[in-house]
Amino acid sequence: MLTTNFRGIFAVVFAALLLAGCSSTQQEEADPNEGMTTAPPVEPAPAPAPEPEPPKPTVTSGSGGKGKLVVPLDGTMDVEELDGVFYFDFDQAIVKRAAYQELQKHAKALAGDRSLSVRIEGHADERGTREYNLALGERRANAVRAYLMTHGAMSSQLETISYGEEKPAVNGSNERAWAMNRRVELDYKR
Amino acid sequence: MNHAAIRFRLIPVLILAALAVFATTARANLTIEVTQGVDNAVRVAVVPFAWRGGGGLPVQVADVINQDLTLSGRFDTLPTSQMLSLPNESDDVFFRDWRLLDVEYLVIGYLDDAPGDRIRLTFELYNVFQQEVVAGHSIEGTADQLRDMGHHVADVVFEQLTGIEGAFSTRIMYVTSLGTVEEPLFRLNIADTDGRRVETILESPEPILSATWAPDGRRVAYVSFQNGGRPAIFIRDVETGQVQQITNYRGSLNGAPAFSPDGSKLAMVLSKDGSPDIYVLDLETRRLRRITRHYGIDTEPSWTADGEKIVFTSNRGGQPQIYMMTLDDLTIERLTFEGDYNARASMLPDGSGLVMVHRRDGVFHIALLDLRRGRLSVLTETALDESPSIAPNGSMLIYATRVGGEGILAAVSIDGGVKFNLPSSEGDVREPAWSPVKRMEFERLVTP
Repeated sequence: MLTTNFRGIFAVVFAALLLAGCSSTQQEEADPNEGMTTAPPVEPAPAPAPEPEPPKPTVTSGSGGKGKLVVPLDGTMDVEELDGVFYFDFDQAIVKRAAYQELQKHAKALAGDRSLSVRIEGHADERGTREYNLALGERRANAVRAYLMTHGAMSSQLETISYGEEKPAVNGSNERAWAMNRRVELDYKR
Repeated sequence: MNHAAIRFRLIPVLILAALAVFATTARANLTIEVTQGVDNAVRVAVVPFAWRGGGGLPVQVADVINQDLTLSGRFDTLPTSQMLSLPNESDDVFFRDWRLLDVEYLVIGYLDDAPGDRIRLTFELYNVFQQEVVAGHSIEGTADQLRDMGHHVADVVFEQLTGIEGAFSTRIMYVTSLGTVEEPLFRLNIADTDGRRVETILESPEPILSATWAPDGRRVAYVSFQNGGRPAIFIRDVETGQVQQITNYRGSLNGAPAFSPDGSKLAMVLSKDGSPDIYVLDLETRRLRRITRHYGIDTEPSWTADGEKIVFTSNRGGQPQIYMMTLDDLTIERLTFEGDYNARASMLPDGSGLVMVHRRDGVFHIALLDLRRGRLSVLTETALDESPSIAPNGSMLIYATRVGGEGILAAVSIDGGVKFNLPSSEGDVREPAWSPVKRMEFERLVTP
């Protein structure tokens, strides 16, 4: 993926340089053919096209009414919507390795734009007691919060809240439903 | 021998008159399913009470009494169709009619008009084999208190025959979850112990949980997310409907409220100081005192009857277990050592033990920890059990569980001998809290 992007950049830059080169050559050739009368005004060589700026991260309304973050896809003019849901193991509040890359993208966007703010919502599956699950959901939200801060987000941009087992994503008393409910969801302010 | 599952719906059997003073709310009721009774249930006959007043009565009090006694799991009630005679007063009682049917105790009575638009109920409880009156008196009330009068008689019968105070006149508070994952709806309800007369005291699209009674039964506290989508603790006066918001800590848990036995303080869980800890708020002075200081999770406080200690759940040892804190010196003692998940403890009124949620082989049950003998016994056969709440008489507890994909309430006696379910016909039911006092008390009048 990286190679393609660089190739893209090279293509743009090379083309720009080529254009610049062509025009100056033409200018030099034009002058001797003009004669003794007033030489036509020399057009200055057009400046090389400025490298286009990548789009700024924006917040859009995603599924479930949550604010989703749309960020530039590294090295291209494309954008990607970041995944805002991260899952946890039973009884655990440890951010899983599989979540690191995506969370780092969130942190980078937050670090780059202080006007962005996000609500980090912690959840638990239905097993066990409700108040303990509220505390467990809070642990999970705090773990994600800490990770984002380690990677550049500021505390003032991050709000945490726990819903414990009160707002399941999926109804059901089976392993699949439980796994889908042990989560943290990011909701960006619009 | 164990009783087979007896399922019956709550239907007012004799709706007599145009003068139905009694307004039933349209809300879905809880129904009762006794799943296990005691082996030596006492055989009782409750004869339909006669109505000697004018007009008609909307409630047959004997039905209320029968149902309450059956609900306790300790009685076998004789169907009216099998009765050989229908006495209402002592002169009409032929003990032979009841001995023939192996009835051990007989309840008879009648109602008539009393001054001031009231109704007077008169009853007697007989020991059939001894052929003597065990208890009996009169009470008075209005027509919409007929169910309460029935519950009163059931309480008296229960007390006479078991030595334990009856719990039929008390109420249960619980949360119903209706709606869907996309459009949730929560209701906080109070109903009679028999599931009737449901009153919704709060309705919200945001979660409601941890509802608990004040010891005087006049106020309740609960956690609601209606405060801008964030959790806060509220106290509501059940009589007046007046609501006070008690906490408003942002970015913090505001949870697990518990009134002290004298009603003057509220224990709660806040995580505003870094991790979930237990605090006690003096409701008079509004002073907040921090009780636990640990980076782990401390939650679900519950007071002992003398108000001097609080039991709570903590994972300071790695997994959730039950601990007890003495309030004057803040010393903490661990109470549970069996099982890898013990939470939501509730002390028995006599302090002899506590009930809690206990995980065994991955299944969540309600268990009793006998503090005197240090013995733990599992009380339930259901799974995904939570929120045990003890009846004020200390002999039954109600809890939430899931059966057939539905959230229901279930009850079990502290000795595990009696079990019944209370499925709701509407939504998922959870978070039951048994009120500590009777809905009303009647003055016992001497039968004229």
